[in-house]
Amino acid sequence: MVDKGFVERLRKVYAIYTGGLILLLILLYIGEKLFNLSPVFIGYVFLFGTIAVYATIGIISRTGKVAEYYVAGRRVPAIFNGMATAADWMSAASFIGMAGALALQGYNGLAFIMGWTGGYVLLGVLIAPYLRKFGAYTIPDFLDARYGGKIPRLVGIVATIIVSFTYLTAQITGVGIIVSRLLGLPFEVGVFLGLAGILVCSFLGGMKAVTWTQVAQYIVLILAYLIPVTALSFKYTGNPISQISYGFALQGIEQKFAQLKDDPKEIEVREIHKKKAEELKAKIEALPASWEQGKKALEEKLKAMPAEDPKRAEIEKQLKEYPKSPQEAKEKWTEAMKKEQEASKPPKSYVAPPSDAKGMANFLALTLMLMLGTAGLPHVIMRFYTTPTVREARTSAGWALFFILLLYITAPAYAAFGRYEMLNLVGKAFSELPDWVQKWAKVNLISIKDLNGDGIVQFAEISIHPDMIVLATPEIAGLPYVIAGFVAAGGLAAALSTADGLLITISNAISHDLYYKIINPNLSPSTRVKIGKALLLVVALIGAYVASFRLAIIVELVAWAFSLAGASLFPALVLGIWDKRMNKQGAVAGIIVGLGVTMIYLYLSRFQGVELFGIKPIAAGIFGMPLNFIVALIVSRLTPPPPQQVQEFVDHIRYPKGAVKAGEEE
Amino acid sequence: MLTKEQLESYWRENRNLMLLVLFIWAIVSYGAALISGLLNKIVIFGFPLGYYMGAQGSLIVFLLLIIFYAKSMDNIDKKYGVEEE
Repeated sequence: MVDKGFVERLRKVYAIYTGGLILLLILLYIGEKLFNLSPVFIGYVFLFGTIAVYATIGIISRTGKVAEYYVAGRRVPAIFNGMATAADWMSAASFIGMAGALALQGYNGLAFIMGWTGGYVLLGVLIAPYLRKFGAYTIPDFLDARYGGKIPRLVGIVATIIVSFTYLTAQITGVGIIVSRLLGLPFEVGVFLGLAGILVCSFLGGMKAVTWTQVAQYIVLILAYLIPVTALSFKYTGNPISQISYGFALQGIEQKFAQLKDDPKEIEVREIHKKKAEELKAKIEALPASWEQGKKALEEKLKAMPAEDPKRAEIEKQLKEYPKSPQEAKEKWTEAMKKEQEASKPPKSYVAPPSDAKGMANFLALTLMLMLGTAGLPHVIMRFYTTPTVREARTSAGWALFFILLLYITAPAYAAFGRYEMLNLVGKAFSELPDWVQKWAKVNLISIKDLNGDGIVQFAEISIHPDMIVLATPEIAGLPYVIAGFVAAGGLAAALSTADGLLITISNAISHDLYYKIINPNLSPSTRVKIGKALLLVVALIGAYVASFRLAIIVELVAWAFSLAGASLFPALVLGIWDKRMNKQGAVAGIIVGLGVTMIYLYLSRFQGVELFGIKPIAAGIFGMPLNFIVALIVSRLTPPPPQQVQEFVDHIRYPKGAVKAGEEE
Repeated sequence: MLTKEQLESYWRENRNLMLLVLFIWAIVSYGAALISGLLNKIVIFGFPLGYYMGAQGSLIVFLLLIIFYAKSMDNIDKKYGVEEE
């Protein structure tokens, strides 16, 4: 049942909230102009202001009821579930990183744009309505009911935890970076401040609190994303609708590229990069001797310097950053070499697809795995358990995609403007670079070095970090600092909302699926919720602890999560709904083969340099996923059909109402 | 209660609808990507069509597909009398 009065009240509350947010922006703007408020002060207002709002919602939504704690009482209307799902789904990477990746990679970056949205078609059509009809709390619940027994549930638990935990660590890292940048604090302090922000949303009210804070976070993040790019579009073209105005930038980029291709100065700089790459290659080949030589050279240089030499600090810094072992040196130098090699090539067309078959194969495989992974990610699927009806679950997938699209169809505009602005730097004298370049160069998000010493910027001399594109847009558009601070608050909202969704998914997998369903089924409802809350705290602390190391591998692991989810959970869910004949043996065999093959290819391609058909590690699931389907189908046909009650269960989830007996709704 | 035939016919209609939706889904994403080099020759308001399909065009079709599926399923539910109150 959809409660009309409830929807009305929600609309009113969030309309007032949005109005308040805009009022805060205006007040801060006036404060900045009239009273010269400092950026750090504005940063504190945004950080504590937004977190205070989320905390208030979290406290109002506190609950001890099982159904509210796990699935928000199943009364979240489609449109609000859409917003919550969008916030849950869009992480710090979508908000800050994606437009930048698109700007740097051109057409290849579109795999992320299509992949992270196309998955919702699969969710809305193949999975979400049926899981909602089933009406349990988690994915392992479904696997248990559909395939019978503890093994499918355990497989579901393991997959959920692996996929969600790597993702969680990345979000906490994102929170730490944003908080530390906004307030100028050390990264570790940022992580633990951010952790407090995450916990206030989820600890007291579980899924209920997470849902209503996610809606509030969505509103912050979408406003923060749209304002700067709208202003920039207006500045360039007089048309504020960036999503349709960036065509001119695409044309500008293509023309400039054509000019730069054969420019003699550019070729000169490319040659310098080429030489650097060759030097690095020689160093890598001479390992481990070259590592020791390099270290000794630095140490001797330091020894030879008098104690008061101001250059000492620089050498000390170099020595501190020097690889700790030959193994680390190999990793670091190989990465640097690849970067130099990349910079030594002439720029590629921004809009042209990969020209070779291998490049195209990887593009298609990556797009497919991102889509299937999206449809198989536990924290996204969980959100569809919270709608009041099956019909609302279907509509909700549409709303979720609508709210996601507001950001995703804007990202290409950000990217094109960013790239266009970068190309505008080319040909300028180093002395006349705009202020924003200096500012972001200080935090290493952009670097322009006069490699050939002619005093003029060449394209091959610019190197930028993907995060730069979104973060620097407010300044490029000439907006006040308030907006730059608001963008950081938007990034924070994106990371917090995703972290909360993940946190609750992991703690539910342990407290509900593992502890309550397998270890001790005699728990009272209130104890179950208490255990859930305790675990939430533990998982959050472990996540923050792991995040505080800032392991480079985390970013890669997140990308792999899509391949792993797409090759393990996705087939088991789809077959469980659409193939009545599918049984336990088939599903378990499929998951094991799918997951196993994907992990083996990941290992071989990432660490052993193996490459089949041009497929990169990030799209590794493209081999395991179809094998999962094939093995599951073959094994299920060779073993007995599932028992009568399971076949009835499949009928039960296939029809929105009646037809068969009710499920295990609590 | 529906008869077995009615249940099967309901599910068949749903399955055909699903196949249609996924067919279009594949064409606008993978199909368009495969021929994006050709599509890029068509330029509308500065947007090369091949790039546009990947950046925005396919996304809009995805949204329309979900709406279309939800609406059609509503009608099928009503036709068979399995819709929720």
